[in-house]
Amino acid sequence: MKLNNSVLILAISTLLLTACADTEDKDPSLLDGSQAGTGIGDASTNGLNNGTGINGSEMGGSGMYGSGDGASSLGPEFSDPNNPLSKRTIYFMLDSFQIQQDFVPVIAAHSQYLLANPSQHITLEGHGDERGSREYNIALGEQRAKSVASIMKIQGVSDSQIGIVSYGEEKPAAFGNDESAWELNRRVEINYQGR
Amino acid sequence: MVFLRNIVMVTLCALSLPNSYAALTIEVTGGTESAMPVAVVPFAATAVPVDISGIVNADLERSGYFKMMAQQAMQSRPSSASEVNFKEWQTLVQDYLVVGRVDNNGGQYDVQFQLLDVNKSGQLLGYKMSSSTNDLRRTAHHISDLIFEKLTGKKGVFSGRIAYITSNGRQNHQLQVADVDGFNPQTIASSPEPLMSPAWSPDGKRVAYVSFERHSAAIYIQTLATGQRERVAEFPGINGAPAWSPDGTRLALTLSKDGNPDIFILNLASRSLLKLSKSTAIDTEPVWSPDGSAIVFTSDRGGKPQLYMASSQGGNEKRITFSGDYNARASFSPDGRSLAMVHGNGGNYRIAVMDMASRGISVLTSGPSDESPSFAPNGSMILYASKKGGTGFLSAVSVDGKMQQKLMFSNGEVREPAWSP
Repeated sequence: MKLNNSVLILAISTLLLTACADTEDKDPSLLDGSQAGTGIGDASTNGLNNGTGINGSEMGGSGMYGSGDGASSLGPEFSDPNNPLSKRTIYFMLDSFQIQQDFVPVIAAHSQYLLANPSQHITLEGHGDERGSREYNIALGEQRAKSVASIMKIQGVSDSQIGIVSYGEEKPAAFGNDESAWELNRRVEINYQGR
Repeated sequence: MVFLRNIVMVTLCALSLPNSYAALTIEVTGGTESAMPVAVVPFAATAVPVDISGIVNADLERSGYFKMMAQQAMQSRPSSASEVNFKEWQTLVQDYLVVGRVDNNGGQYDVQFQLLDVNKSGQLLGYKMSSSTNDLRRTAHHISDLIFEKLTGKKGVFSGRIAYITSNGRQNHQLQVADVDGFNPQTIASSPEPLMSPAWSPDGKRVAYVSFERHSAAIYIQTLATGQRERVAEFPGINGAPAWSPDGTRLALTLSKDGNPDIFILNLASRSLLKLSKSTAIDTEPVWSPDGSAIVFTSDRGGKPQLYMASSQGGNEKRITFSGDYNARASFSPDGRSLAMVHGNGGNYRIAVMDMASRGISVLTSGPSDESPSFAPNGSMILYASKKGGTGFLSAVSVDGKMQQKLMFSNGEVREPAWSP
């Protein structure tokens, strides 16, 4: 069903492209030059003057917002609000990558779980608020993720269980231009993968 | 049946029109006091799909250099110099007059115009050009460039393009290229994961950018004409902030593969990497001086983000910004004499320019969330990203800060503008 939908959208987009191209520009080399990305997760690209093209062919995207990807397949302790494992977001102060006291028990609980489940793998996703420049915020997000990772490693978690990626301010948890949004966006998300 | 299908196609094309043609409106505020009065008389034209004189009028007005005469105030509509009564335009206190006509010549269009000096009753410029239907807007911008250069002595930038990132919701990110007036936006890459930091190659034929499409950062170089692209950096950690060397052979970028973000120079032919900065702090956002000798970058090695300069061969690193608690994301003017930056003070982020000789800083915008400055290729304006009411849009400011224009996109957030060379 899902697949059928995708095929339909693709077909309509192609029709649109062809129909409009007929009435406008003409250079066949430009039309042929469109190099759609290959493999799941690749972006699709278009040559210039090539119409608006075909969008979002990706299936099985990450959806890694809010509480972690794949957490639903984990044990019930991950959804018990009284268990620190249910908390998978660590928040930070402005322009800082220091771990605040409140989050030390949360990180420790995840470390314990990872120690007990050595085949389990996590990605620490670093984020920042919208203020300041974007690439600097990418760097800041990575430092935040590394702060969490270094505590986990001190607690004995293996390097190979931890992946790090920083999205800076590119994937806000909350939209808005004030502190109530910003404080939710300065964060590291602990995302569990696999079973 | 064939009839029915044609109707469907026409409808689909019509639906796609707002997206490709009317993406934005432009709002100009301010202007220079010495703006020259210019009248662009609507060109004589029948059945021409593009209002060429209207585009020329809008281009010249947006530049801030001219005070454009309203059509309603015109007493006559000459289409060539021979029809002009110069006395009439002198009485209307116009310094310059643009007249012209467009003729349909079997599918092609013949466009001719003259730029006239009202007080000297003479011609400054006169051109006749041929254009296809698709090139009519481009022809209009070209006319604006010719007029602008004649009257100001500076190269016109109306024929250029801008690249920028736009998002519609969380999983729809696009890298687009549009004409400088925002028309004809075309998506050159789209992804459900973030796209960042578009940078034009010096020849304007390729764009480097960052994509998270594989759930980690990678840098791609895409050729605009074909849409073909190549992944040039995908190291563990950050792959960010690509910046072309002025000769187009190297890319300065940020990599954190050695533990913390550092500036590297990637040789595009040999793929060799030179590590430029070696601090244990954040070093990012490199830009080349136009002569290629120096790299300016953002570093928080002193505690807060400030701009530093190094030799592009490595070494000789020194701090160059000292006022404000946050200076980042530098952009060199084409002549290398000034540097635009994001200048933060007490949580207010504005665009400022620094004179490289005196190191004096002038703040050009009002904030509070201005970022990503990019110089026009003639150095007259700085394009940047701004935010109001939660939506990001593009703005431009003249280098003296007197003229502002706001490019308001009809939907979605728009950010990280880069003006083509």
